Amino acid sequence: MSEPEGQEDLQLAGSGFRRVRGGGATARFAPAEAILLRNLVGQVAELVGGESLAEDRPPGAQPGAGEPAGAGDSPGAGGRPPAGEEAIVTDSSQLEAMFALSDSATPPDDPALARLLPDAYPDDPAAAGEFRRYTESGLRSGKVAAARTVLDTLPEDGGRVRLSADQAQAWLRSLNDIRLALGVRLEVTEDRDAMLERASQGGSQAAGLWIYDWLTLLQETLVEALW
Amino acid sequence: MSVAPVELDQPKSSEDTTPAMPWVAIVWNDPVNLMSYVTYVFQQVFGYSRKKAERLMMDVHHKGKAVVAAGAREEMERDVEILHGYGLWATVRHDS
Repeated sequence: MSEPEGQEDLQLAGSGFRRVRGGGATARFAPAEAILLRNLVGQVAELVGGESLAEDRPPGAQPGAGEPAGAGDSPGAGGRPPAGEEAIVTDSSQLEAMFALSDSATPPDDPALARLLPDAYPDDPAAAGEFRRYTESGLRSGKVAAARTVLDTLPEDGGRVRLSADQAQAWLRSLNDIRLALGVRLEVTEDRDAMLERASQGGSQAAGLWIYDWLTLLQETLVEALW
Repeated sequence: MSVAPVELDQPKSSEDTTPAMPWVAIVWNDPVNLMSYVTYVFQQVFGYSRKKAERLMMDVHHKGKAVVAAGAREEMERDVEILHGYGLWATVRHDS
């Protein structure tokens, strides 16, 4: 497990979520952050659901098909990233190439998917298969439903998000699913300092590591807001 | 390492004629799940006090795994299914 500390040196976010009266939570998202998070949520939903939630994606952020990314990375349209050494990647094709979350088939073939849909009986393939037959479909649809809640409640151009207690639960699960998938892709360890050191050295995974750390802040503040 | 079951629910199925050899639900450590989140999930899923949930979370963190519930196989499978929904790495085992 990881224990985030020193959140003040995060590159991406403001202060994350805070509690609201009567249950639930609220946070503010910059336009670029909203594009980024919606893209990642969509990728994970596609990974676990095997179906695209592309219709929920913001205009100009459709994946693939040789389309230019449009609004996602054009100056002025997606807004400037918050101050920081690392610009936020909001080009959806770049994001999908970075993590390749949607290119999977079955659990054994893809470690990220295997982590999201783990074996219940690691030493008993027959029992594991039986368990999977009865539970995996529901597990997948639950994760997709949580992802859909995030997409339904996070405006495409960012701004203030206000979540009911139930919506906040869906966000919590969805943020965790994204972090699990990215954690596998980025080979993160419990050592956050080492991860940030790796990120600060640049390289192909630097942006991903900053994004992962931002997601950690979001989830951590959401847990605290709901307690 | 202590992996004592934290709850000693007996199997509830009337068809379960085997003597009490309870099944257990185990949660394993992983580098991604947050300590706060794991504690929160234990409270949500099992209704444990924060103190008990934190103790289990620390067991997972330091020992690599912890038995978080014990009982009939069907109950443990249900618990593990719920824990998977929260993204925890959970497994079922016969506590022989």
